[in-house]
Amino acid sequence: MRLLNYLGQWRSVAKEAKDLTVTVAKFMGLLHVTDAYLCSSTLVYGPSMLPTLNISGDVLLSEHVSHRFGKVGAGDLVLVRSPNDPRKIVTKRILGMEGDQVTFFVDPKHSDRSQTTVVPKGHVWIQGDNIYSSFDSRTYGAVPYGLIQGKVFCRVWPPDGFGSLD
Amino acid sequence: MGTRSALWSFANKFFTCGVIGVYVSDRFVGVAPVRGSSMSPTLNPGTTSLMGLAIDDYVLVEKRCLQNYKFSHGDVVVFSSPSNHKERHIKRITALPGEWIGTRHSYDVLKIPEGHCWVEGDNSSSSLDSRSFGPIPLGLVQGRVTHIAWPPQRIGAVEKRTPQDTISSS
Repeated sequence: MRLLNYLGQWRSVAKEAKDLTVTVAKFMGLLHVTDAYLCSSTLVYGPSMLPTLNISGDVLLSEHVSHRFGKVGAGDLVLVRSPNDPRKIVTKRILGMEGDQVTFFVDPKHSDRSQTTVVPKGHVWIQGDNIYSSFDSRTYGAVPYGLIQGKVFCRVWPPDGFGSLD
Repeated sequence: MGTRSALWSFANKFFTCGVIGVYVSDRFVGVAPVRGSSMSPTLNPGTTSLMGLAIDDYVLVEKRCLQNYKFSHGDVVVFSSPSNHKERHIKRITALPGEWIGTRHSYDVLKIPEGHCWVEGDNSSSSLDSRSFGPIPLGLVQGRVTHIAWPPQRIGAVEKRTPQDTISSS
């Protein structure tokens, strides 16, 4: 009788532990799905996107739906995995999709020389808004579309800059 | 009322399984089919068949390596094609950033830029790889192939293999 009691107790503990595990796993899963497939926040800083974004740091909301359906186009602010360092994610503006002709200043600080190229198939041309201090497609060329991680649509911090971006 | 609650609990279970499945397959390990013969004889050697039809191999793709993007020579990786982001390819990494690679068709050697890698199929006669599109950014890599999961007679680890024709220096 005592043994049965004991077993029953253990069974209820095991059931509770199982329920708790499922809840935690579900929570982690939901968090991951929201973060990777719907919408996430990112802290970005640096001088390359002045004057659109501040040098000291902005918190941006980005959505991860439209790039999966190929709905990003020229003029959109996007998060791109840097081709030079895959651990870094950079924020840039798309200036040309595949097949577009892009004209850019090679070295705006020192000369007016400009160059025109055609963006190859499956690639996009990304550039920072601050052409004087940005490390972008002008240096490493067009980047594959597959490196795009999301499209920025809103700024949430600092509070006075709150609002949609485009 | 009974059917409704049963339906609700079914939907709830379905949703939970889906969410956890996506989480595990994105963060830890996923399964992917292998199409084409570009990686034969390592993958899809064309010898396994069922009533005359060749069966594609299914492989386990490990995602933990995406935390720090550290790869080594001979790793078989899944990456999205640089010319079409909807396509996935499976190839072997033959050179890492900073190394020199000699291509068979030209006598040039090429330095792999920072953050890029050189991928080649094991079956060099029918493989669309870095020899045609050049080095690819490591950011396109979606995971590393570790095991063959299906068909049952081919279950086993995918071994690392280093080809001999690379010129390495660092």
